[in-house]
Amino acid sequence: MIEGAKWRRWLYFYIPLGIFIFWLLFPFYWMLVTSVRPDRELYRPWMAANYTPFWTAHPTMEHITNLLTGTLFIRWMANTLFIACISTLISLFCGVLAGYALSRLKFRFAGALGTGIFITYLVPQTLLFIPLADIIRNFRLGDTPWALILTYPTFLIPFCTWLLMGYFKAIPKELEECARIDGATRWKAMLYIIFPIAVPGILSAGIFAFTLSWNEYIYALVFLSSAEEKTVSVGVASDLVRGDVFYWGQLMAGALLGSVPVAFIYSFFVEYYVAGLTGSVKG
Amino acid sequence: MARVVIRNLNKTFNDVHAVKDVNLEIRDREFVVLVGPSGCGKTTTLRMVAGLESISSGEILIGETIVNDLPPMDRDIAMVFQNYALYPHMSVYDNMAFGLKMRKFTRPDIDQRVRDAADILGIQDYLARKPRQLSGGQRQRVALGRAIVRHPQVFLFDEPLSNLDAMLRVQMRVEIKRIHDRLGTTAIYVTHDQVEAMTLGDRVVVMKDGIVQQVGEPLDLYNEPTNRFVAGFIGSPAMNFATVGIIEEAGAICAVGEGIRLKLTPPLAARLQAHVGHQVTLGIRPEDLWIASDSDAKDLSVGAVVEVIERLGSQILLDVRVGSAMMVAAVEPTVRTKTREQLRLALNPERLHFFDGRLEAAI
Repeated sequence: MIEGAKWRRWLYFYIPLGIFIFWLLFPFYWMLVTSVRPDRELYRPWMAANYTPFWTAHPTMEHITNLLTGTLFIRWMANTLFIACISTLISLFCGVLAGYALSRLKFRFAGALGTGIFITYLVPQTLLFIPLADIIRNFRLGDTPWALILTYPTFLIPFCTWLLMGYFKAIPKELEECARIDGATRWKAMLYIIFPIAVPGILSAGIFAFTLSWNEYIYALVFLSSAEEKTVSVGVASDLVRGDVFYWGQLMAGALLGSVPVAFIYSFFVEYYVAGLTGSVKG
Repeated sequence: MARVVIRNLNKTFNDVHAVKDVNLEIRDREFVVLVGPSGCGKTTTLRMVAGLESISSGEILIGETIVNDLPPMDRDIAMVFQNYALYPHMSVYDNMAFGLKMRKFTRPDIDQRVRDAADILGIQDYLARKPRQLSGGQRQRVALGRAIVRHPQVFLFDEPLSNLDAMLRVQMRVEIKRIHDRLGTTAIYVTHDQVEAMTLGDRVVVMKDGIVQQVGEPLDLYNEPTNRFVAGFIGSPAMNFATVGIIEEAGAICAVGEGIRLKLTPPLAARLQAHVGHQVTLGIRPEDLWIASDSDAKDLSVGAVVEVIERLGSQILLDVRVGSAMMVAAVEPTVRTKTREQLRLALNPERLHFFDGRLEAAI
């Protein structure tokens, strides 16, 4: 904490914190205000006498209702949820096993393999989608959810593996040795001792993986073409802009509702998530 | 309960030879302590007995079975680790029950055994707690409890007291001794603390650089160390050493060094006859030095200058300079002396140790 006079605390702590919070939350506020602002206010020129950009006197649910009933938004949400859940599960499963093996088992090339997995994570998606598009086409997966479910793990598995490797390394190996002396096979020691202790790490890897696949844009844009198959991030951006008309109210309502599940998951698991990132295991 | 036999045991990590030709027979119900400085191979030896480390060459028998290729779970052993290694997500009860559950004991049997062990260790009241809610001493008791519920053939202890504070360490040391006396299970205990080794062990194995230096009962190691390393390692404060030359002078054999001129008694002279003309190391324990009175023979005393006085209450440690070497003398608490005072220290001739100058083996 900051010691000394009160003004110091204000100068070095509260004011910078306030600026930071304002900077961070203002776009969300803008999103919220725009999504409930009636059209006649939205398209009022800035020099008009009653121009009020930062609040609205006549909030309306019109955009949200239109979004839910007049567009495929609910379908997109369902698509995104399905794709994000399945690809997260696949990636977690592989990531947990790979992370455990790379951090605990001694085998030739373990180090090289770990680095190799990390390097694949560093290849930018904006390049990787080109060869992946070819593969998707060959397997005739284009325009199906599986196009994304099977490609998201290309960046999710390395991510989960590395996050969990660090977490598994922080768990004292004596715990496992003790379990094995106590009569557990390596598999049982992993299942009953290591995984339960690693739950915070596994959960935070899961949350991250879920968020990454929920927010993913470029693969979804490239591999899906029909409106019914789209995910939220692509659907909102492509189908809510008709021609060159931006339906700002609907766009913002879509963005708002689209970010709700992720915000919900974060708030629900926040304690685990923090524990997972700081990697605190006490014996 | 079983004996443990170690035959020509070797362990190499890449190009480091950590354990060299260790041979050891640990009798049934015996408490054997492996002691040595860090990196001496004692923990590696223990881990090979546990099955946590593969054996490079040699054999380990537990009971009558060669266990070289048995996984840890099939060796019927229990191990207590330095950092306790309690399962943090389980209650004390479940920590102790885990090994029994893995071995498919029935529920009432598990309950009975856990409660018996808890009684022995006085942890009945904490059974529902999680390890993080316990103090260091309580955690160590739980770790012990987890080892004893299974009634294994052998207990393995890997520096179990090193994480405890000094008071608790003494207390738990007594506790471990008491439990061993009560259960009579064969035990192998690794420590770097020679006091723990001396107080706990029926026999003590001193190791250095992967080689067993000496095996014996605590007092045998103390009184008759086989080499200079064991002599210096066992005992606190440590044995004093000085380099002396053995010469023959007017029909008597003398040890002569810087500030030292001792005329050896006939039994000592006979032992050192063969070393006349050579350099040897003289060793004398602090309690075998005392401030010389007129009745002490001039031939068996050295001149010394007091540099530091450590008053411990039951005794006083004098750090003195003899020639250019430092020595420690443990004297009666009634002795009054000042720093920089010159005095003569008498040596107990029956408790003098001599070590070969080159091989460092006892003469």
